[in-house]
Amino acid sequence: MTKVLEVSDLRTTFTTPEGEVKAVGGVEFTINQGEVLGVVGESGSGKSQIFMSIMGLLARNGHAKGSVKFKGDEILGLDVKALNKVRGVRMSMIFQDPMTSLNPYLSVRRQMTEVLVLHKGMSESEAAKNAVEMLERVQIPEAKQRLNMYPHEFSGGMRQRVMIAMALLCGPELLIADEPTTALDVTVQAQILELLVGLQRDVGMAIALITHDLGVIARLADRVMVMYAGNIVEKGSVRDLFKDPQHPYTEGLLESMPRLNETEATRLQTIGGQPPNLQNLPSGCSFRDRCRYAFERCVTERPLLTAFAEGRSKACHLPSL
Amino acid sequence: MPPAQPMTSQSMSTGPSPAMKGAPLLTVQDLKVYFEIGGNRLTGKAPGLVKAVDGVSFELRAGETLGLVGESGCGKSTLGRAVLRLLPIRSGRVVWLGTDLAKLDHKRMRAVRRDMQIIFQDPLASLNPRMTVGEIIAEPLQTFQPNLGRDAIRDRVKAMMAKVGLLPNQLNRYPHEFSGGQCQRIGIARAMINEPKLIVCDEPVSALDVSIQAQIVNLLMDLQREMGMSLIFISHNLAVVKHISHRVMVLYLGKIMEIADRNSLYTEPLHPYTQALNSAVPLPDPDEERQRSRIVLRGDLPSPLNPPSGCPFRTRCPRATEICAQVMPDLLPAKPGHLVACHHADYPRGN
Repeated sequence: MTKVLEVSDLRTTFTTPEGEVKAVGGVEFTINQGEVLGVVGESGSGKSQIFMSIMGLLARNGHAKGSVKFKGDEILGLDVKALNKVRGVRMSMIFQDPMTSLNPYLSVRRQMTEVLVLHKGMSESEAAKNAVEMLERVQIPEAKQRLNMYPHEFSGGMRQRVMIAMALLCGPELLIADEPTTALDVTVQAQILELLVGLQRDVGMAIALITHDLGVIARLADRVMVMYAGNIVEKGSVRDLFKDPQHPYTEGLLESMPRLNETEATRLQTIGGQPPNLQNLPSGCSFRDRCRYAFERCVTERPLLTAFAEGRSKACHLPSL
Repeated sequence: MPPAQPMTSQSMSTGPSPAMKGAPLLTVQDLKVYFEIGGNRLTGKAPGLVKAVDGVSFELRAGETLGLVGESGCGKSTLGRAVLRLLPIRSGRVVWLGTDLAKLDHKRMRAVRRDMQIIFQDPLASLNPRMTVGEIIAEPLQTFQPNLGRDAIRDRVKAMMAKVGLLPNQLNRYPHEFSGGQCQRIGIARAMINEPKLIVCDEPVSALDVSIQAQIVNLLMDLQREMGMSLIFISHNLAVVKHISHRVMVLYLGKIMEIADRNSLYTEPLHPYTQALNSAVPLPDPDEERQRSRIVLRGDLPSPLNPPSGCPFRTRCPRATEICAQVMPDLLPAKPGHLVACHHADYPRGN
């Protein structure tokens, strides 16, 4: 299988007045062509910062080290000009809040045609034609009239469709979707997920789907990686991971979700405590304070992500749960 | 309305089964809350009218949790606030232990507020950043029991902090020193300190991480079992509402679509909107999630400024017919304790 993205030993740090914050602590993963990789984690787990680093969108005090290969070519640390040949063209990103990621001063037409004129050298009218086609593809009714409207004239769900259309304009090989449905109502979320499933099937692009919603992951992802305090704690196929979680954190996440298909409301299992402070991580395993299985080795030695079965790996000292 | 079934689950079995006999704690009759929007006195342009809550009736009993679900703009938060008289009521009655709240003057309303509290969605924004945690939690106590001495207040606050899972020695810290989940615990302690009879929880776990959500949901259920207050639990997360509620109300553009005992509502939803909502929630199970058939509604919620005629849901409803555009269906019992407002509801057999 062709690898679209190959990330190794990616480390992202932020320099703050209070010291250095390790947002991503050395992660390694690949995304194959046509595959949906789900990235799960709580706020502060580093799941978004991995992809902000890859897209070169880190805040000014952020710094990424390691290696990110897009179709075999190193893209980490490229200058803006070289990076712009890849991002927005062969690899694009959609964000959680479509209102703040669209420019409120510019019509949808301006925002959509810009990328085609710039990257593909199209004429304005050609680009507009393409934009309308793309809006129709994401099921925006009356796309031709809508093209001249401004973001505030669209509803939340429609704005997210516009974002997706913009991201798809240049036919990217990888779409990074950062919490694409978190800000939407469930019925609209269902529409957007349906749309992503369809587009992925038709176009065959790879998707990195970042979300905290395990239901969304279960619906879309082929493989999943679970993040905690800047590190990957478990990786595997969506089925393996949901049916037989092998890291205590994954197990805890799955157990703490109330389910619509539960028949009796038993008491929710919780993960005690709070996610750790990234500036002041505990020694050994970052999860040990909240782990019900923790033992001495977890305090002294940091568990590394290790393969334990075909296509599965975890960062935990326990042989199995 | 017949009582909801006492729950037999592990979580509820040790507590008092919600006392669903006797007079209700709260009776809401034909409640309407309208907002005027726009309009211009100079040009004489009439303001638009948003019917945020439009003719809602329900009862709430002591110790009961009523879940309110619906999409943004359906009026669930407005309803929660109007019940507490935090918003002006256009018409209708909110009867609290036999007294119509709409008729109370400010002074008497203030006395009633001791028994009704609210918890908000954004835990940090709902706490005053300049007050210590101890001051925040003590404030309702000082307001309603001004004769309490300082030591007594301090003891009560510490006991309450321990009860909601905060360390009592953090009394002198400020809200920004706490995480989101802990701030929500502070909000809960503040709401609980006067031992109210009702707490409106307005999206109390929506801003929290999954692992913290479960902690707060468990805490609310434990506190209810121990202290017996009623909850109006507002959330767009159907799974959380199902977990915590005894009965659930589904709202759409200010109107009740369906209200029922939670098991009845989730296992046998009768309204096409409830069915669509249920099927839209992704389940954390890859096999089930990919196999099940789902109803995907087209379009968005219509503008509340210009709602559809007849049944507000008809523009997105897969079953809509002519009559739906003409007549708003009444909220009628389909089976004991299960009311639905739909011309084409899936009535159970024999009805």
